[in-house]
Amino acid sequence: MLQSAKLLDLVFIQECSLSCQDLRGTSVSKSGNESAFVEFERVQKSYDGENLVVKDLNLSMPKGEFLTMLGPSGSGKTTCLMMLAGFETATHGEIRLDGVSINHIPPHKRGIGMVFQNYALFPHMTVAENLSFPLEVRKIGKSDREQKVMRALGMVQMQDFAGRRPTQLSGGQQQRIALARALVFEPELVLMDEPLGALDKQLRETLQFEITNLAHQLGITVVYVTHDQTEALTMSDRVAVFDDGRIQQLAPPDELYEAPQNSFVAQFIGENNTLEGVVKEIKGNTCIVQLDSGDIIDAIPVNVAAVGDRTKVSIRPERVEFNKDRLKAGAHTLKAEVLEFIYMGDIFRTRLRVAGVDNFIIKSRNAPDQVRLTPGQQIEIGWLAEDCRALDA
Amino acid sequence: MTDATGPMVAADGRPLKASLNRALRRQKMRALLLISPLLFFIMITFIIPIGQMLFRSVENQIVGDVLPTTVVALDAWSVKSGEAPGEEVFFALTQDLVLAAERKEHTRLGSRLNYEDPGISSLFRKSGRNVEVMGEGYAKQFDALDERWAETNTFSEILADPEWLADAAQVETAADMDRFEVNEDAATYLPRTVAAYTSFANYMIADKGKDPAKSKPWNTLHLALFEDLRAAPEITIASAYGDMLRTAAAAVPTFETETLSASFAKIDKDWLDPDVWSTIKRYSPSYTNGYFLNAIDMEKTVDGPAWRPEDQQIYLTLFWRTLLMSMTITISCILLGYPVAWLLANLPARTANLLMILVLLPFWTSLLVRTSAWKILLQQQGVINDIVVWLGLVADDNRLALINNATGTIIAMTHILLPFMILPLYSVMKTIPPTYLRAAKSLGATNWTAFWRVYFPQSVPGIGAGSILVFILSIGYYITPEIVGGTKGVFISNRIAYHISSSLNWGLAAALGTILLAVVMLLYWAYDRIVGIDNVKLGG
Ligand SMILES: Nc1ncnc2c1ncn2[C@@H]1O[C@H](COP(=O)(O)OP(=O)(O)OP(=O)(O)O)[C@@H](O)[C@H]1O
Ligand SMILES: [Mg+2]
Repeated sequence: MLQSAKLLDLVFIQECSLSCQDLRGTSVSKSGNESAFVEFERVQKSYDGENLVVKDLNLSMPKGEFLTMLGPSGSGKTTCLMMLAGFETATHGEIRLDGVSINHIPPHKRGIGMVFQNYALFPHMTVAENLSFPLEVRKIGKSDREQKVMRALGMVQMQDFAGRRPTQLSGGQQQRIALARALVFEPELVLMDEPLGALDKQLRETLQFEITNLAHQLGITVVYVTHDQTEALTMSDRVAVFDDGRIQQLAPPDELYEAPQNSFVAQFIGENNTLEGVVKEIKGNTCIVQLDSGDIIDAIPVNVAAVGDRTKVSIRPERVEFNKDRLKAGAHTLKAEVLEFIYMGDIFRTRLRVAGVDNFIIKSRNAPDQVRLTPGQQIEIGWLAEDCRALDA
Repeated sequence: MTDATGPMVAADGRPLKASLNRALRRQKMRALLLISPLLFFIMITFIIPIGQMLFRSVENQIVGDVLPTTVVALDAWSVKSGEAPGEEVFFALTQDLVLAAERKEHTRLGSRLNYEDPGISSLFRKSGRNVEVMGEGYAKQFDALDERWAETNTFSEILADPEWLADAAQVETAADMDRFEVNEDAATYLPRTVAAYTSFANYMIADKGKDPAKSKPWNTLHLALFEDLRAAPEITIASAYGDMLRTAAAAVPTFETETLSASFAKIDKDWLDPDVWSTIKRYSPSYTNGYFLNAIDMEKTVDGPAWRPEDQQIYLTLFWRTLLMSMTITISCILLGYPVAWLLANLPARTANLLMILVLLPFWTSLLVRTSAWKILLQQQGVINDIVVWLGLVADDNRLALINNATGTIIAMTHILLPFMILPLYSVMKTIPPTYLRAAKSLGATNWTAFWRVYFPQSVPGIGAGSILVFILSIGYYITPEIVGGTKGVFISNRIAYHISSSLNWGLAAALGTILLAVVMLLYWAYDRIVGIDNVKLGG
C-alpha cells in the first residue's frame, strides 16, 4: 500500500513540475531569500481580558518555508493562525507579511490561502464552483478561471470530480479539493489548521507527502498546525513547539528530536525517559547528576545553570545501551531490572525498573546478534554522556 | 452469489426477495401499529371533517328530499315558457308542502333556496303555514255526499292492503305498526290518493306514533281523491266502499273546483313568478356546482353558469386580496425575521438565549390580547400616530389610517406570525458553521460577497420552511383580520366564518374552504416544482 502510494506520488510530482511552474508564473522557490516573509513580533492575545492565550510570540519565517506549529490542545496554535489570517486581532504586538504590518488589513485583502480542519467546502456549490469562487471574487475572466480551476484540480488529481458536490466526495477527496481551493488563486502564504486530522493513517501519510511536495514545487510559504508529531517531523522545514501560549522551541525536526531545549519538548516529541535529580558537578560540556535514588550518572548540561539545581535528565530509549562492551570506559552505569519484554517486529521494546522508576524504556533493533531480555533479569545500563541531556526541572 | 439458473434463495430455500419482503412487512406492521393512535386521531378530527366539508360543498339533497314529487313534476316545465308551471306541479307542491310543513322542513328548504334567490325563505314560510287549507273545499263537498267520508278510517279501509290492516289491528301501540302497504287495486285507479295517503300514514306512524286510521285525514287527501275521481276511473272495489266511491265519482264533475295556482298566488303572488320555479328546478339535483359557482362570483342561469353582475362580485377579489396580503406578510416576515435569526444563531449563547425568550414572548400572550393591543397602538388617536404627529411627519388633521384596513392587517399579522419565520430560519442558520464565512473571506470575498454567495444560499431552506409556514398560516387566518382589518383588510377566511356562523350557508362556506385548500395545495406544488420541497429544512 505504502509502495503504491509512493508510486502515485512519483507520477504526481512529474505532472506537477510541469503544471505547477506555470501556475506560479515564476520559477520554483527563491530559497536563498533569508529576509523574513512572515513575522510575529511580541504578539499577545487574550480573548477575555484575563488570560493570555498567546504570550509574547516572536516568530520570523523566510519565504518558501514550511513551518509547523505543534503543541497540545489549547496551547494557542489555532489562535496564532487566526491572527495571521485576520480573523482574530492581536491584543498586542505586530504581525508583518512581507515587511508590511497587516494588523489592520481585513482578512479578504490579505491574500492568504487557508485550509480548514473540516474543509469548509461550500456545500451548495460543485467542486468546480468552489474552486472558481476565489477567482470570481477577484474578477478573473471566465476562460482564465476555467483554465486555472482545471489546473488546480490537476495538481491534486481530481479533474474527474469537477461536477460533484462536496458531499459526494470522500474525506480524502474533500481534503484535496480544499487544498486546491486554497492554492487556486496563487497565494504566497497558505495556512493549514489540522487539515488531515479527520483522515485515517494511510490516507494521512499519502496526503502529507502530497502537501509537502506541492508546497515545495510551488515555492509557497506554509504555516501548518497539527497535533501529530510524526506529521510535524516528516513534513516541516522547521517546527514550532507550542505550550502554554509560548513557543517552547523552534528548530528543524532533527534538532528538535535530538536536542530538545527543555523537558517539555523532550517529552512531547518522541518517546523519552526522564530521571530526576540534582546537578553535582559541571565540567565544561558534561556534568554529573545525582539521581533521587542516589545513583550517579553522566549528562550534558543543556538547561541547568549551576551546581545544586534540580534537573530532569532525558535519554531517548534507543540510545540506552546494556551491552557493557559498547560503553566508554569509566562511564557511569545504573542497575536495572527487566519488567517486560515486548516484541514489536523491527524492534524490541523493554521496560525496566531503573533508579526507582518503573517505566524506563529501552529499544533495541531486531538484529541477528541482538539479545532478548527476559523479565526478572538484572542488567546494567549506560549511555554516552552526550545522549543524556540535563534539562530544566 | 447468484447462480445462472435462478434467483437468490435464503438459507431456508425460499427466494431471497420473498424472505426480505416478509421481514420488511413485519417491520412495517409494527411501525403502523405504533402510529395507529395518531392515525386514528387524525382520521377522526381531520380527515373525516375535511372529507365532509368537501362533500358539503357539492351536496344538495334537501330540494329533492323535501319536494320529491314537485321536482319530478317540474321536469316537463321550462322557464323559457315565460310563465309559472301548470296545475299538476302545484298539485305536487301541495302534497309535498303539507308533509314538509308538518315536519317543519319547509323553512330549512326556504333558507337553502334563499341563498340563491333572496325572498324564497319567506315564501316557503308563509306557504307552509297556509297549505293545510288547500283542498278544504273538496273535503266539505265529499262530506256532504256521504258522511262516511268524514270518518277517520274510511281512507285506510279503501287504500290499505287488507293484510296490513289486519296486522295493524293486532299491534299494541301505533308506533309499532309496519310501514303502510297499499292495496294494489286501489293503486291502479286512485294513484294520487294512494301516494298521498302513503306519506300521510307513514308520517303518522313513524313521526307521530299515531294510528292513521284514527287520525283526521289532511285536506290534501281529498284534493288528491278529487283529482283521481275526475279522471273517471273504473272502480272495481267490491265492498260497501265501492258504491260510495262510484257515487262520489259521479258527483265529482259537479263539484265546485278550486284552482291551486290561484290559491298559492293568494298566499304569495311570487308563486306565479317563473324565476322562483326556475330556482327550484335548478337546485333540484342531489349534487350541485352552485356553491362553487357562487364562490367564484358566478351563478347558475338558464343558459348555464354566468358571471354575476359587477357590483355583486366579492369572492374573487377576496381570494386575490388574501393571496396578495399573505405574500406581503410573508415577505415582511422574511425581511424582519432574517436579521433576528442571524443574531440568534451567531450571538454568544447567553445573549442569544435572552433574545430567544423575547422572540418566544408573544406565544405566552393571548392572540386576542396582542391583536387588541395593535388596535390601540394603531388607531388614529393611538400611540404611533401621536408619535408621528409629534415628530411633525404628518399634520394633526391628517393622521394616518393604520387600522381597519389592509395596513392594519399586514402590520398585526406580520407581528403575530414573525416567530414562525424566525424559528425555522434560526434552526437552519444554527447548522451553518461559521467557518464557511471565514473560508469565503480567506478566499478573498468581502463581507457582503461572503454572506450573499456562501451564507445566504445555505439559509434558503430555512426561508423556504418559514415562508411556507407563514404563508399557509396567514392565508387561513381569521381572528386578526376580523379585529383589525375593517372591511378592506379582511381575508377569505372571515367570509367563510361569516357563512358558517351567521348566514348559515355551510355549502358556500365549504366551497370557499375547498377552493382555499386547492389554492394552497397548488402553491405548495408550484413551490415544490420551483424550489424543491427537499430544500425545506426546519433544522438539522
Ligand atoms: N473564541 C474564543 N473565545 C475565548 N477563548 C478562546 C476562543 N478560542 C480559543 N479560546 C481559548 O484559547 C486557548 C487556545 O485555543 P486554540 O484554539 O488556539 O488552541 P489550539 O492550540 O488550536 O488547540 P487544539 O489543538 O485543540 O485545536 C484555549 O484555552 C481556548 O479555550
Ligand atoms: Mg486548533
